[in-house]
Amino acid sequence: MSQTILLTVGSITILGFLSAAILYFVASKFKVYEDPKIDEVEQALPNTNCGGCGHPGCRAFAEACVKADDLSDLHCPVGGNETMQNVAGILGMEVEERDPYIAVVRCSGSFEYRKKVNVYDGVANCTIAHSLYGGDTDCSYGCLGFGECADACDFDALHMDEKTGLPVVDENKCTACNACVTACPRSIIELRPKGKRDRRIYVSCISQERGGTAKRACEVACTGCSKCEKECKFDAITIENYLAYIDPQKCRLCRKCVDVCGSHSIHEINFPPRRERPEKTETATVATKVQGSQEGNIEVMEKVKKTNQQSRKENSESDDNA
Amino acid sequence: MSLSIQNGLKTFSLGGVHPADKKISAGKHIEKLPLPKMVSIPISQHIGAPAKPVVENKQKVKAGQVIAKSTGFVSANIHASISGTVFKIDKVMDATGYKRESIIIKADDADEWEDGIDLSDDLKKEITLDREAILEKIAEMGIVGLGGATFPSHVKLAVPKGKKAEFLILNGVECEPYLTADHRLMMEKGPEIIVGAKILMKALEVDQVIIGIENNKPDAIKRMNDLVTKEKGMRVQPLKVQYPQGGEKQLIKAVINREVPSGGLPIDAGAVVHNVGTAFAVYEAVQKNKPLVERVITVTGDDVKKPCNLLVRIGTPVSELIEAAGGIPENTGKIISGGPMMGKALNSVDIPVSKGTSGILIVPDKKAKRGDMKPCIRCTKCVQVCPMGLEPYLLMTLSRKELFERLETDKVLDCIECGSCSFTCPSDRPLLDYIRLGKKTVTSLIRERSNS
Repeated sequence: MSQTILLTVGSITILGFLSAAILYFVASKFKVYEDPKIDEVEQALPNTNCGGCGHPGCRAFAEACVKADDLSDLHCPVGGNETMQNVAGILGMEVEERDPYIAVVRCSGSFEYRKKVNVYDGVANCTIAHSLYGGDTDCSYGCLGFGECADACDFDALHMDEKTGLPVVDENKCTACNACVTACPRSIIELRPKGKRDRRIYVSCISQERGGTAKRACEVACTGCSKCEKECKFDAITIENYLAYIDPQKCRLCRKCVDVCGSHSIHEINFPPRRERPEKTETATVATKVQGSQEGNIEVMEKVKKTNQQSRKENSESDDNA
Repeated sequence: MSLSIQNGLKTFSLGGVHPADKKISAGKHIEKLPLPKMVSIPISQHIGAPAKPVVENKQKVKAGQVIAKSTGFVSANIHASISGTVFKIDKVMDATGYKRESIIIKADDADEWEDGIDLSDDLKKEITLDREAILEKIAEMGIVGLGGATFPSHVKLAVPKGKKAEFLILNGVECEPYLTADHRLMMEKGPEIIVGAKILMKALEVDQVIIGIENNKPDAIKRMNDLVTKEKGMRVQPLKVQYPQGGEKQLIKAVINREVPSGGLPIDAGAVVHNVGTAFAVYEAVQKNKPLVERVITVTGDDVKKPCNLLVRIGTPVSELIEAAGGIPENTGKIISGGPMMGKALNSVDIPVSKGTSGILIVPDKKAKRGDMKPCIRCTKCVQVCPMGLEPYLLMTLSRKELFERLETDKVLDCIECGSCSFTCPSDRPLLDYIRLGKKTVTSLIRERSNS
């Protein structure tokens, strides 16, 4: 009896030592050397694994950073300049500051401005709807409103506005990770520089429809009238396929294009109130009351429209009287 | 797998569904639709590269004149369907649901045809052209598969080297409910279809032709049978009614009991399948020199006043077809281009008919709505009905979870998009929508891979 116990304990002990020896040998023979800096860099990163840097996760990005000779091609949009400084510190390299970017929704065709012309009965999924047809409004470029971009956002920075049917970007949460840009089948969302003091101007439309057709489909569509192009002194605006585009690198944020745009498709974000000008007083003050979010912008547009209509009415009345 | 024979009739062995066939317009003769005032002819009505317009604004054109030239091997010529002047070349909403380049022609009421086109009804039996000339003619006349896929016919007829076609199968199945265009064509243009089949035989160098017709068209089976008794190497194969028998692969399985390998073409099973409508178009192109500028379209629906089969010029707006059928009923919920199983809802009645339009189906409001999606109850009905032996419930889930590599290994590309799975699902799950999405993504992933 006791012999059996001894034999068992003995044989298992011997087996244990043998396996340990083999494991030790294998571990030392096939040891993979990993730069300890990779771990350090990984610790410095936000570890959101969003893929915004173009690498499959933070670990891969850390490896790329350690391998790289200089960090000019590598940037973590989530951590921003601060994180990249830390990474550069760990690796003993230098890194240039980059302008922070933000996602911008280039469609303002809310329910009010873009009338529905048919009923979509299929799956509530942007990609599927996009593959089936131009959408339930006459604009086949605009937002379909099923929120695939919002679903793709890992940072809770995008949500669908029920009132307008359009996605709204939360400035403070958006990390410019590019997930929404790739999720949108219509390429409506664009990453643009956040701008000086977070101010930026962009054309909130991507319709390449001819002016009249675009306007019939959506009240706030860019018609490609080229007024803004002529107004811009810095050659920042180009018109292609009946659509204006503002180059953020050239734009000096003078806001002149916003003033001349007849369809209110150029948006200005985070600007202070304008200096009051006698002929445009009312419009200008209203337009700057709400700042920041796109929701705000749409409210602004509504008010602008109303005031414009009022003034137009008043004008015509006064004309009649005259 | 053995060939299933029920009531002495053949059919394909895997899956399949039985929607009510509702061939309301089966007894209606083909009528000529009055010429439209204006046609808009899309330059991309076929699978492959869009054609390139060769006319200018305000140019006078005759019916049958080439207005857009094919831009590659897999492409097709586009011809003017009416005589008149080119109004403009502009983007027009077509059945894809998007605005695409189209040539708009204003009619001049003269209905003048291009020289050399034989418009008489005389049957011309003698085939004078040789094989090469036939292929050239078919390409020149812009013939595409009229069953719905609109694949350029000359490409299908060019058998790749090392492969041999043994059978030509003529597809007169018309398994889509409601549609009767092919049925009527067989009844009224039978002799022409037979000559068309002979031309295709010569082009393919085959000596056996089988015409597959479903058993719900006994008059067509009899008519074609009478016509082929005198012909050598031709026979009619009556088939048991089952959807999607009109699918190429299903028809080959049903008629000659061979299976097309996964990812392969019918030619790999020694067969080439052409629709009876295509055979008629080939007859007209080769014997009468007439390009594909008109086709038979069924306009039907439960509450349509005058369900009918119309001979329509390509580019006619759908609204004119509906007008000829007695207008849009009040309770209309959807207007579908094609049949109820594979057709596509139209978002406007101004959309022009194209080479691939086989029918216009007007669905009443009650039937048009989709049910709300409920959870999958694992009943595996979709697996049982899938004619390609796939697992639709799994493919849908994989597609939703974006597991595209698994989709590829689970053969999502074999899906023929017949819609049997969505039709049979008791939980109203949009199976096909997600599978199609997966198919699209996998195709683009494969293309990316081969490019890099």
